[in-house]
Amino acid sequence: MVFTYVFYGAAGILLGLSLVKDRKKTRTALLKAWKAFENILPQFLAILFLAGILLAFLTPETISRIIGRKSGWLGVVGAALVGSVTLIPGFLAFPMAALLLKNGAGAMQIGAFVSTLMMVGVITLPVEIKYLGRKTAYLRNLMAFGFSFLVALVIGWVVP
Amino acid sequence: MKKNRLVRYLFPLAAALALGVLLLIDPPAGRKAAQVTLFSFKEMLLVIPPIFVLLGLLDVWVPREKMVRFMGDKSGLLGILLAVFIGSAAAGPLYGAFPVAAVFMRKGVKFTNLLIFLGAWSTTKIPMFLFELSALGTGFAVTRLLVNIPGIIGIAYALRLLLREEEVNALYARSAAMEEG
Repeated sequence: MVFTYVFYGAAGILLGLSLVKDRKKTRTALLKAWKAFENILPQFLAILFLAGILLAFLTPETISRIIGRKSGWLGVVGAALVGSVTLIPGFLAFPMAALLLKNGAGAMQIGAFVSTLMMVGVITLPVEIKYLGRKTAYLRNLMAFGFSFLVALVIGWVVP
Repeated sequence: MKKNRLVRYLFPLAAALALGVLLLIDPPAGRKAAQVTLFSFKEMLLVIPPIFVLLGLLDVWVPREKMVRFMGDKSGLLGILLAVFIGSAAAGPLYGAFPVAAVFMRKGVKFTNLLIFLGAWSTTKIPMFLFELSALGTGFAVTRLLVNIPGIIGIAYALRLLLREEEVNALYARSAAMEEG
């Protein structure tokens, strides 16, 4: 979370510099920032609600059942799918993944889960399509999904 | 823009309604969902403001020619490295990266560099890496990082090959149009 403060610091300092140099330009910059935010706010809000509803059903126990150590490749596929449809902030996801590992999930399955969790976003697809277009968004997610199996394979091979 | 505000917020309103229904028919699950939503909402409020302020400043102060020189079509290896670095230095969830991508397009950043930036933002973020390191161990985190860096560059170029020139141009035109919206 330190990085968030670094971001605040950087934004604050640059905003101050900008203000000293050119008041009008700074106004425009803030206006643009607000416009960009308001433009995407409805989708952000919808995502937050949907993610909440989804996570209410995907408890660590449910996830653990799908991706246990003995679940093999089917478990890897399951883990990749679960990671794709969930939206969990990293600082929640990593301790959760560590917990799952302790409770019998396999490294390969967790590798697939963490990878798709971060790279594939089914819930955020509407936002992505808005900026990147349908084809790019679908292809990016599909490729990231496929790539996550490679990540899982290497992690299963390196991590005991 | 004001006229269709209600239409724009129809989707989140429907999602909020679904949460309300869940609270009624299954209170424990509903409460959990509400908790998670509230938590992510707080995260968004905490993480998002500086990203958008920086975005606005970038838009106003950095001239297009500079961005083209450093990350445009002829930027070569420097453009790739910058894309990885800027994406990795980011904070916040991936959905915060898409508005940044739109500004990058307006500033003439090369499409593959844009995709590399998005890939780095999604999965090689430095703060997340540090967190992953402490939670899942060095072997796990470092392996993932080492596979990911060539991976996101590979995905970017493969994706570019699958898109036609006109399709990429259309995206750039659309992001330029978004500025007025």
